[in-house]
Amino acid sequence: MSARIAAAIRLARATGALSRLTGRGGGTTLPGHVFLRVAPNGLRPLAARLTDGVALVSATNGKTTTAAMLASVLGADHAVCRNSSGANLVTGIATTLASMPAAASIGVLEVDEAALPRIAGAVAPRLIALGNLYRDQLDRHGELEMVASRWRELVARLPAETTLVLCADDPVIDDLGRKHGAVLRYGIDDPAVALPHRDESADSTHCVRCGQPYVYAQVYLGHLGAYRCPSGDHQRGALDVAARDVRLDGVRGTTFRLEAPDGTCTVSLRLPGLYNVENALAAIASAYVLGVPTAVAAERLSAFAAAFGRFERIAVDGREVVLLLFKNPTGANEALRAIRPDVASAQVVLALNDRIADGRDVSWIWDIDFEEAFPGVAGITCTGSRAADLAVRLRYADVEPSVLTTGANVVSAFDCAVEAAPADGRVYVLATYTAMLDLHRVLSDRGLTRPFWDAAS
Amino acid sequence: MTIRIVALYPELLSIYADRGNVRVLAQRARWRGLDVALAPVRLGEALDPATADVILIGGGQDRDQALVAEALISQAPALRSAIADGVPVLAVCGGYQLLGHRYVDQSGAATPGAGLVDLETIAGSDRLIGNVLVRVELGGAEHDLVGFENHAGRTLLGAGVQPFGRVEAGAGNDGVSGLEGCRVERVIGTYVHGPLLPKNPWLADQLLAWACEHNGLSPDLQALDDTLELAAAAAAAELARVERR
Ligand SMILES: [Zn+2]
Repeated sequence: MSARIAAAIRLARATGALSRLTGRGGGTTLPGHVFLRVAPNGLRPLAARLTDGVALVSATNGKTTTAAMLASVLGADHAVCRNSSGANLVTGIATTLASMPAAASIGVLEVDEAALPRIAGAVAPRLIALGNLYRDQLDRHGELEMVASRWRELVARLPAETTLVLCADDPVIDDLGRKHGAVLRYGIDDPAVALPHRDESADSTHCVRCGQPYVYAQVYLGHLGAYRCPSGDHQRGALDVAARDVRLDGVRGTTFRLEAPDGTCTVSLRLPGLYNVENALAAIASAYVLGVPTAVAAERLSAFAAAFGRFERIAVDGREVVLLLFKNPTGANEALRAIRPDVASAQVVLALNDRIADGRDVSWIWDIDFEEAFPGVAGITCTGSRAADLAVRLRYADVEPSVLTTGANVVSAFDCAVEAAPADGRVYVLATYTAMLDLHRVLSDRGLTRPFWDAAS
Repeated sequence: MTIRIVALYPELLSIYADRGNVRVLAQRARWRGLDVALAPVRLGEALDPATADVILIGGGQDRDQALVAEALISQAPALRSAIADGVPVLAVCGGYQLLGHRYVDQSGAATPGAGLVDLETIAGSDRLIGNVLVRVELGGAEHDLVGFENHAGRTLLGAGVQPFGRVEAGAGNDGVSGLEGCRVERVIGTYVHGPLLPKNPWLADQLLAWACEHNGLSPDLQALDDTLELAAAAAAAELARVERR
């Protein structure tokens, strides 16, 4: 290690210590900023200290959960270096790498979609796992297309020894593996859990190669599924790692049969929904590339519990509270689909904020399928800075006015819902990012959850 | 009798949840006991002007906009005939731009539009983004139009074209003129998405009244309880005032 790198690390760590001391929160990006100022090309030597290599995980939806799953699988054999979900840009990655303990031997880094090309170029990863590209409420003007084309450029200059772990169910992601040698494709293969039709608002409707609309044999979520182009130039690639016989068991969890190059086994997740099946497949396939047999990874995943606001379950006064983060229509639809079997006689809190981290524009709630989402629900409370917009949305989804309440304060809305639930009842909270953060802070002060940066890292 | 709502190319023109506008129109018709037929026109299909009582055109991703422009130009005669027959048209964002003669991008290259309204759009170097509040005079009454705008295009209206409204807070057509949208008879273009009909029920009802009239039904619509809509509109208007004055 050069003297400059060593000095940069010392400075970054001192900055981190200082920001913790002054109580400015997790200090997840400033140290990295300082590091890169001193050593602008310092990411590669930093990452090279991880002797078993670095795995990068990116996607619009599910990268935090996938990275957490992969880290928990690898954690039995390695000291894993992992970044928190809020620190997935270059400065956050630099912070994570500069402050990792000396014993750390392998890196699992969740990376922002736009930052991936630069970070992948800098850290020479052993593998890159790519899950999906959705338009979300923050980038609704063609940025998805821009990210996709940057990912194509990245893959074109990737060294042959970097393995791509790709979600074949997403046409854009599947196509990235076209010319690369080391590729492992994963996906779902079970018509029984497919949706009846594809959502009109879904992305990537047209063939990446010729522009014709794809024909879907199965749709699993959003634009993910088994598709082919009618002109015959692109169809979903053969699955190396596949989930079959999927059994969705509401919020309690999900079971499926895993078929992989090294054999077949059953995977039982404590997380609900098809998108967690996709996350688990990504984690298992990645762990396989890094030397963990798929059956071993599956076994380790059975104990995996949710990260911050991603189907976190906590007990409050005897009630079971389930926290679900929602940030785009696809994620929200999948969350609603997961709670639907158990929503009868439950209390639901929907919290919509419009701060920058949530997206200032709340139009996207009209792309969420609230119609028939809450059969038999006891009460729905709309809250957050845009509570009124949510209430209007639910009115047009034919939600009974008698079950609907509106109140701007997220914590009061939560407390009222808990109180309204029967002693052994259930409360579902769907909240956008900053609303979840606010609620989480209060729950953590009450000793009910761990602080966000602990939970996420 | 059935009110026939036609959304043009919803598979491509729904970037800002434009299907919310369809949903609101349909529900407000149903709540008044009217039957509703949703008849989207998809890429490659032809619009039959005799089968529409109201036409909605949404916004798309830049990539898809050129594809749609071509299709829309081919449908311009059908659209013209529907408009001449009194069918209302609501065009939002990208759909609004496509009503005009052309869209000139930052490199100076022009994509032709359907040429239904005398206006043109030139891309600016930055996007105009935020909550927006517009004063609109329609049907002899003044209304607040609230919602969100997010566009790079600056739209210039031809000499004989009226704006839809005047900007109280926000950017509107070009960020400088204080004008928002366009209106020619029953053709309305606007940058206000949101989608805009949920928080502007007066506009939804005006479109419905015109649609009823076109269908030979009474345009006098029974009043609905819009407490929730008006609360959301008031909150959004306040946001626009605070942010963008
Ligand atoms: Zn094709």
